[in-house]
Amino acid sequence: MLANLLDRFRTFALALLLTAYAVPAFAGAFEDAVAKFANDDFSDTEEAIGVVASSGNPLAHPIISALQDGRLMADPDSKKVYVTGTDGKSIDAITGEAVASVPDSASAVRLNNRLRRGVEAAVGGLTLLSPDLATRLQAAQSVFKSHEEAALPVVESALAKETNKAAKTALGEARAAIILFKSDASEQDKLEAVATIKARGDQEALALLTGIGGDQPATVSKAAASAISSIQSSLAMWSGVQNAWYGLSLGSVLLLAAIGLAITFGVMGVINMAHGEMVMLGAYTTFVVQEVIRTSYPGAFDYSLLIAVPLAFLVAGGVGVLIERSIIRFLYGRPLETLLATWGLSLVLQQAVRTLFGPTNREVGAPSWMSGAFELGQITVTYNRLWILCFTLAVFAILLAMLRYTALGLEMRAVTQNRRMAASMGIATSRVDALTFGLGSGIAGIAGVALSQIDNVSPNLGQSYIIDSFMVVVFGGVGNLWGTLVGALSLGIANKFLEPVAGAVLGKIAILVLIILFIQKRPRGLFALKGRAVEA
Amino acid sequence: MRTESTHDIAAPFSRRRWLAATAGLVLGLASFTGAKAADDTIKVGVLHSLSGTMAISETTLKDTVLFLIDEQNKKGGLLGKKLEAVVVDPASNWPLFAEKARELITKNKVAVVFGCWTSVSRKSVLPVFKELNSILFYPVQYEGEESERNVFYTGAAPNQQAIPAVDYLMKDEKVKRWVLAGTDYVYPRTTNKILEAYLKSKGVKQEDIMINYTPFGHSDWQTIVADIKKFGSAGKKTAVVSTINGDANVPFYKELGNQGIKATDIPVVAFSVGEEELAGIDTKPLLGHLAAWNYFQSIKSPENEKFIKAWQAYTKNPKRVTNDPMEAHVIGFDMWVKAVEKVKSTDPDKVIDALPGIEAKNLTGGVSKMLPNHHITKPVFIGEIKGNGQFDVVWKTKDLVPGDAWSKELEGSRDLIGDWVGKKCGNFNVKTNKCLGSGS
Repeated sequence: MLANLLDRFRTFALALLLTAYAVPAFAGAFEDAVAKFANDDFSDTEEAIGVVASSGNPLAHPIISALQDGRLMADPDSKKVYVTGTDGKSIDAITGEAVASVPDSASAVRLNNRLRRGVEAAVGGLTLLSPDLATRLQAAQSVFKSHEEAALPVVESALAKETNKAAKTALGEARAAIILFKSDASEQDKLEAVATIKARGDQEALALLTGIGGDQPATVSKAAASAISSIQSSLAMWSGVQNAWYGLSLGSVLLLAAIGLAITFGVMGVINMAHGEMVMLGAYTTFVVQEVIRTSYPGAFDYSLLIAVPLAFLVAGGVGVLIERSIIRFLYGRPLETLLATWGLSLVLQQAVRTLFGPTNREVGAPSWMSGAFELGQITVTYNRLWILCFTLAVFAILLAMLRYTALGLEMRAVTQNRRMAASMGIATSRVDALTFGLGSGIAGIAGVALSQIDNVSPNLGQSYIIDSFMVVVFGGVGNLWGTLVGALSLGIANKFLEPVAGAVLGKIAILVLIILFIQKRPRGLFALKGRAVEA
Repeated sequence: MRTESTHDIAAPFSRRRWLAATAGLVLGLASFTGAKAADDTIKVGVLHSLSGTMAISETTLKDTVLFLIDEQNKKGGLLGKKLEAVVVDPASNWPLFAEKARELITKNKVAVVFGCWTSVSRKSVLPVFKELNSILFYPVQYEGEESERNVFYTGAAPNQQAIPAVDYLMKDEKVKRWVLAGTDYVYPRTTNKILEAYLKSKGVKQEDIMINYTPFGHSDWQTIVADIKKFGSAGKKTAVVSTINGDANVPFYKELGNQGIKATDIPVVAFSVGEEELAGIDTKPLLGHLAAWNYFQSIKSPENEKFIKAWQAYTKNPKRVTNDPMEAHVIGFDMWVKAVEKVKSTDPDKVIDALPGIEAKNLTGGVSKMLPNHHITKPVFIGEIKGNGQFDVVWKTKDLVPGDAWSKELEGSRDLIGDWVGKKCGNFNVKTNKCLGSGS
């Protein structure tokens, strides 16, 4: 293993020695360079990175990767530099000997963006031959981005050894990127490089091809220009798909926020201005759950959202039942007073949360399975949006099934369709009212758990969703859950197709105007309820 | 729909309900104004929103002024009298700012007011301060293009924040393409106008500038972040200059992190994101994104360390962060105290005349000075976001930068200066040698 490692580094050092970029690794240069990390000066650090990365010293990789993670400690007094491993143990960066502890006066070597780019490129060069496939892929990607000429020999030797297909493609692309910018590469090589990069076809390929400059042979410039236009046209096609996906994702957020309101306003007819605050309560429940997990069970962090969902339902649902019993039941049939009372209530709830948790945003972290993104063709799909879409559809399906197949659902439908008849059939209508309102509020609470992943968790969280929620419910048709679904998704998609053309501000205005016009034509929304329930 | 909804919505409220509502309102008002104080105190007005959208930023500033008053009283007060804070809540409601300002000045007879955050709230109280001749200290970075006799601007003007930040990106990061992204209101629009003119004067072409505005509290950033990514793939180094307002920043940064835009690819430099705003996000994916301010909590100076310690002790919260507008209040408060001590009176006219030229230590180890245009001199720092929600200073100006009330980059304001000492004018045209007077 060790011999293998040394061998690899020898290859690397040799490769670098062959190029003009390399600094000869004579004795002392490495030591001097490492000591420079302690100067806390960005240009000294930059110089040190260059020397260390090309020194061929077996400590080069540990040092550079520690620098990247902020684990390289430097003592400004003694000018000593230490590498703290991920396991907390430290070694002296020059000798590689283990040290008992790093002195308190030492602090992590600072980086700025320019240096961070240099470090990334250096790590890329140092890890191209790593046994781990993911590391190799990432290394190839960073070499592709930095396309430093000095890395070419390593890339070529790595390419010769590589057996994995994906890594081979990535290395080939990295090689092409270097050759494209190499001034003495032959025209034929450059043309091949353009073809390789054209095949990659994404925005980074586009960036690379646009950046090659005018000092290329005419055939290469021409090939690059045609590659650019072909990538651009394929990207333009993908942007339609991208807009549709963004629209679906925005629609799912709208649906999630509105679905609780579709119950309290749509089914019960209560103009509930405090709906947004139920969403906020759900988000704060998530925050509290995460705080408890952080302090007591840090290992369970990835499950925090799963734990928060039922709790948020109970908290918001409980508050909902309380509101219904103490305020709203006295105001049935008086829309204006309900509106004022619930609006006042929303202010009270906001201020209560502000007093309890403070006015500033609270940090709700994302579990690892909700962070990041993956590439689907040429569009970026972020995991949090994808999960929210799935979650919303699941909530919608469960709610629909509940209304359809459970006893409570049956009672709810009975009471909303004909209250007096239901009452005379022995249904406790006031109990059903309280439970229905609690259900709507509880679902708003669940929405809060999901929204805490993409928005601020602050006392104002609810306000930003209340207008959109009413818009969706009214547009989709009051009293119809399917209408809410179709309404939310079509508003989301319309918004996202308008936004690139009109801008975010005008896009939003245009949507509002369209809805107003639509309501003029169809006052009952997309899916109007028909039959006796409507006339009564 | 419910079957019983036949109630007439136009039916009047019962008298009892009205009575109850009115009684509640009166009680509420009484609790604000009821605290009548003795005459042997000097009253200091605090006009910051404690509820509504801006509470997130302004509540801290209210606490800061209370803290400063507390400290001053510990030192024996001012002119032999104790200072007394009068706190009102304009509730993020711009017209209410004007009403509350009037209440502070006429009813509570405050000697000075520390307050406002958004430019629109400042514009709303301006006529009140002019009419009633009182003093306002305004602590937030703003778009400039203003110099009023009754207002002292302790936050940064564009030449003390935006221009140095762009300079840094141009020189150090070799940025060639610019996205100017902002919330749709007066501060980002004016700042972007100034920046656009400045970039063009530096030879940046129109097609290398993308300007984008979003509504307040915008939360769906997918399209815009994708657009930025696309704009950045033109083979030239690209940066985003963000004047996005406080609350919308969190989802913006989250989307940047999720779509994998790293600071090493496309750095974002923000003018409204400080320690307080970062307190709500996991900053690890934001490593290396930038902010330009005149103060960072992480700056090491004896004054800063002393201030942070005292502040955390006062708020009984060892994690409580400090930020730039807080420092502006610290400087402004100190300057006001010094001016009052100099003229031995709190009379607004005397204090206004005494303030220009007054110097006060800032928390970063320098001495700021009040200028005749009622702006102050400040150092400019560029900080990179670290993993712990703090900033690491990567660049700073050598000297303190004097604030320009009128931008040198814009047609129409280039020849204007504010000078309340010699010319007694906020918008004096040095070319025509005329004071434009009020109304512009």
